[in-house]
Amino acid sequence: MEVRTTWAHPVIRRQKRAGLGLWTGLVVLLIALILLGREHGFGPADFAQFAVDGLQAGAIYALVGLGFVVVYRVTGVINFAQGGFVMLGPMLTVTFLGQRTTAEALQLLLSILRAVLLTGLVGLLTYGIALRLRRTALPLTRIMITVGVYLILQGAALLIWGPRPQVLPAFTTLSMQDRLLVVGEVVVRAQTLWIWACAVTLLGLLAAFFEFTLLGKAMRACAINRTAARLVGIPADAMAALAFMLAALLGACAGIAVGPVTRPTFDMGLEIGLKGFVAAVMGGLVDIRGSVVGGLILGVVETLWAGVTRAGFRDVIAFLVLILLLLFRPLVPLSEEA
Amino acid sequence: MRALLEVVEVSRAFGGLQALRGVSLSVRPGEIKALIGPNGAGKTTLFNIVTGTLAPDTGDVRLDGRSLVGLPPFRIAELGIARTFQNVHLFGGMTVLEHALVGLHRHLRSGLVDAAVRSRRMRQEERWARERAWSLLERFGLSTWAHAAADRLPFGLQRVVELVRAMATEPRLVLLDEPAAGLNPTEKERLADLIRSIRDEGVTVLLVEHDVDFVMELADEVAVLVQGVLIAAGPPGRVRSDPRVIAAYLGEEPVADHAS
Amino acid sequence: MERPLPALAVFTLLVLLAGGLEVVRPFGRSLAGLTGGLLTLDTLIRTGLLTIVLVGLNLLMGYAGQVSLGQAAFYGMGAFWSAILTVRGPVLGLSPSLVQAWWWPWLVMLLGAALVGTFAYGVGWVILRLRGHYLAMATLGLGITVYILLRENLGLPHLNLTGGFDGVFGIPRLRLGPYPVWPAERYYFLVWLVALLVIALGLRVVDSRVGRALRAIHGAEGAAESVGIPAAAYKAQIFGLSAALAALGGSLYAHFQAAVVPATFGFVPSLELVVMASVGGLRSIWGAPVGALTVLVLGDFVRTWMRGLLPTMAGEVEGILFGFLLILVLLFWPSGIAGRRRAAEVVL
Repeated sequence: MEVRTTWAHPVIRRQKRAGLGLWTGLVVLLIALILLGREHGFGPADFAQFAVDGLQAGAIYALVGLGFVVVYRVTGVINFAQGGFVMLGPMLTVTFLGQRTTAEALQLLLSILRAVLLTGLVGLLTYGIALRLRRTALPLTRIMITVGVYLILQGAALLIWGPRPQVLPAFTTLSMQDRLLVVGEVVVRAQTLWIWACAVTLLGLLAAFFEFTLLGKAMRACAINRTAARLVGIPADAMAALAFMLAALLGACAGIAVGPVTRPTFDMGLEIGLKGFVAAVMGGLVDIRGSVVGGLILGVVETLWAGVTRAGFRDVIAFLVLILLLLFRPLVPLSEEA
Repeated sequence: MRALLEVVEVSRAFGGLQALRGVSLSVRPGEIKALIGPNGAGKTTLFNIVTGTLAPDTGDVRLDGRSLVGLPPFRIAELGIARTFQNVHLFGGMTVLEHALVGLHRHLRSGLVDAAVRSRRMRQEERWARERAWSLLERFGLSTWAHAAADRLPFGLQRVVELVRAMATEPRLVLLDEPAAGLNPTEKERLADLIRSIRDEGVTVLLVEHDVDFVMELADEVAVLVQGVLIAAGPPGRVRSDPRVIAAYLGEEPVADHAS
Repeated sequence: MERPLPALAVFTLLVLLAGGLEVVRPFGRSLAGLTGGLLTLDTLIRTGLLTIVLVGLNLLMGYAGQVSLGQAAFYGMGAFWSAILTVRGPVLGLSPSLVQAWWWPWLVMLLGAALVGTFAYGVGWVILRLRGHYLAMATLGLGITVYILLRENLGLPHLNLTGGFDGVFGIPRLRLGPYPVWPAERYYFLVWLVALLVIALGLRVVDSRVGRALRAIHGAEGAAESVGIPAAAYKAQIFGLSAALAALGGSLYAHFQAAVVPATFGFVPSLELVVMASVGGLRSIWGAPVGALTVLVLGDFVRTWMRGLLPTMAGEVEGILFGFLLILVLLFWPSGIAGRRRAAEVVL
């Protein structure tokens, strides 16, 4: 019997290249958009503006993505209701503010706090009703349940607040008109600075929470190995509930921070939620740093894209990126039955 | 005699774990070959590579001289390799008879259009398939459970259903992944008889097993895989008394054997 | 395997009966009058249209086990395809006499279903490799992308093909030669003729080699492949079929409504379809009409009830209703109304 000399089979190569291909693809996309922009007559100032606006949107996506990551790591569920939390934050704030378009700083702060806490409770409720009851369910069932929760949240918002966009006063001026800072030829909204500050702060708090507090470490343990965590006495269900609440708090903050910029509407959660999901997927649904970077990149790419195409097509790029990600970033083991 | 299946220097790693290292073995037509080894030795990985579910990092797998690497699993099945699974993978919600019918899939041709219009081809094929499925069930003693939900049957019967499904494809080679696991001695006897009768029909058998006694009685040739390396291959008697095998797998001292 | 023929015959009789009552109007009352407002002709026609879509979705989700959260997009593609080619034909360079021929809308309808089906087949090859929740997200993204394209006039405002937010109106009624398939009492029979054919198709597919292969793929894909079933090809085929059926339903919808707007084919409608399929029973072709009718009637009921309860209510009740229904079905009744008891952990 003849033995052929060993050779490496081309099939296996495919898996390793996927990661590289993805980033290359994104870079290519970015370059293509920049070139397109140049054709449209955009100069360096315009690109700088795009970058600023992109990083603003990206910061929001990063925050929303964090919510997905936290829940996924601790429970293995993709929480579709996350978008609903993002919507509830600003909508509740508007209500607590009495739907005024100008307010005092303290009033605004209190309204925000109340809204965030209430949304946190809703997050807890989401976990409680939907996910505790069906212990043996497939992951897909759980996700569909969160889809149902999202529908309820959006539907309720429609019934309570109606279809028209609400108004949330800007944090700096406490009125509808925000202050604008001009740096060179680039215009930066004051709210953008708030958004960045909020994102950085929340990220920092989250990191500190996971790294330094006992509760945070317990949650991480659950994320790594649920059974082992339970054996050590960590109540996995409580951790899961906490994860949902945390995600709701994060989402609400994100929604409130961006509220003055894009008027809060009953269905704003859908697109922001999906884009946050894309950011999370960029981090493989488990990596915080990856999803933050992913969110920022998505924001910039999206803004660039919106600059060179018609305004209505803005959202398409996020879904394009999503589909590309899902295809080229194998997140599920190839052979499920092996 | 030319080998039916050849595994040539196959290696496969999962992250940092090297599951298989340069494993080579061959299976002659009409023989019953067994692959034994401790847990985690890489036996199921090898099966998965042969059936196309996994790709090897290096090496080749050939059926009748034709390379199988890179072919999708269904193609490899069409070429005549069938298998059973370690944890029985039955189709939820389908009856035993339906499992046999699904096993006959590759002998039929009817597609969506045939189904929609109930073409003559479809009607003929379905008639043929039903007869064939029934005779398969009879041959393997499952007739009484034909309309039972397969995944609700006792475990021993589930294994037979998987076997029937595999045999329905009329394979040239059937890979059995730990077929005796979880069976009581009577069931094991019955299984051994079934495997022998399969071989007598001309089907080559490659099986992976834990139960060394079961294997020694049944197999024509035995190969021993330990931590991804093939350490011995040959007739059962020779392998059993091979000191390397004894040291690595069977224990310290050779037990006085009842067969030789 | 149940014998479908008696069930189909009985169901056909029911359909004929309902339609007949509406035409004959015993005691001078319409169907709505006879059933105390519960069943209107409109509801039954919509049920028929949705049945056409849902049989396809059922085959995809219940039998092949693949999730689609964007099915309304195919429905919309069919609707807009028919709308554009019958109303905006001249813009595309088609001669007016062609566009006004009685057989033109029928041809367009069939062509649309074929094209959408082929498109989905192609896309299916690519995205059906994904598992479970990732597939769900991908279909969701696909659905929303189509919706955006429809809303944005396909990016070609000067052609004004899809009419932006406002959509297309003035879609002609279907005609057979000189005879219009209208008023609604007549259209009902057309819709249900198609629906019944589709149900029969579904039943036949299920009880065939293809149907078994689909169920095997759903049950244990690796094991299905191990007996020679090319899972990817089958999944793509059934995805294509479900899209073609959805498009067909969409075309019939367009000629019924005489106007189509993109909002009808977005995210919530896609979920509405999933809810209807789940309520009806995912592993049963009969779940399609049952689910559609149940959810429609329930929706009407809840809307009326809520209007009485909260007259100042600001908007639509569908969203929240579907959310509750979905959760309830998933938690307590996974096999749906018509589904078999065993089907518990089907797709969802």
